[in-house]
Amino acid sequence: MSGAVSKTVVLWLVLVAMAALAAPIAMAAGRASLTEIEKQVMCPVCGTLLQLAESPQAQREKAFIQRLIAAGKTEAQIKDALVAEYGTEVLALPQDSGFSLSAYVVPIVAFLVAAVALALGALRWRRASGSGRGQPAAAGPQGDDAERLDADLARYDL
Amino acid sequence: MSVRSSIAVLGVLALVGLLVYGLVIKGGSRVAVGDPAPNTSLPRLEGGGDESLAQYKGRWVLVNFWASWCEPCKQEAPALEEFQRQHGGTKFTVLGVDTRDLTGDGREFVREYGLSYPQLRDGDGGGAHDYGTTGVPENFLVDPAGKVRWLLPGPVDEQYLEEQVEPFLPKEKS
Repeated sequence: MSGAVSKTVVLWLVLVAMAALAAPIAMAAGRASLTEIEKQVMCPVCGTLLQLAESPQAQREKAFIQRLIAAGKTEAQIKDALVAEYGTEVLALPQDSGFSLSAYVVPIVAFLVAAVALALGALRWRRASGSGRGQPAAAGPQGDDAERLDADLARYDL
Repeated sequence: MSVRSSIAVLGVLALVGLLVYGLVIKGGSRVAVGDPAPNTSLPRLEGGGDESLAQYKGRWVLVNFWASWCEPCKQEAPALEEFQRQHGGTKFTVLGVDTRDLTGDGREFVREYGLSYPQLRDGDGGGAHDYGTTGVPENFLVDPAGKVRWLLPGPVDEQYLEEQVEPFLPKEKS
């Protein structure tokens, strides 16, 4: 009985220790960094990734991100704040709603259409080549033609 | 034309249509003198609520697109404020539009230069896009009927305002 209790206590201690270790790791994983965020957002004035931009507006945007990082905001919160300031076009990846959705849907639809077209084409080609396979070979020349052919072949026989 | 060909043509047309639509919503063309000024509704830079040019109908309005990170905007701000002090009233106002800027930076700019004329916020550049601006600063003079009467894609100074804008305005201040 006491063995079972001690096992349970040990198990709980292990779980608590794991949770204690996991918390800082998770926090570190969620911590925002300017290097990561500037790869995912745009400089709205330059029309390039913020990472590549050095314009005065880009400098202000980077400083804004730094301030939010210093305030302990997560990456998602910082991106939300950027969207609130500059609109959705500040995000480097298209949104999954409205017209921007077409950036995701059109390639998928185009791929599916191409795949279906290829499959149908392959099916038709197989049918066409399969239909000619079982037919008997064409009959040879008959009557006078056969005699003339034999005579010609005999003349050129080496 | 067979059904299959019709579907193929429709597919191609749909793709071309998508591309054209994408291009159209990306690029705007600059409004010209004589064009109606866009009535884009934008939030106020300070305080709540939205405003549009329609609310200024009956007045001359000098629409000034600016941003706090723009050096020429810093140079023209005192001239615009002085012009507003001289001519602002019930018949004329300067209307600032802080475009593609951070709200905090824009408000700081207004305080720093003591700008007393109304200010709107155009964070995503939608207002600037509607006017077809290519940068900041840009200035558009809109008449009481809502038509663009003069524009300058660049900064103004006091002399320029006196020579180019003042002649349009009514002699009486208000």
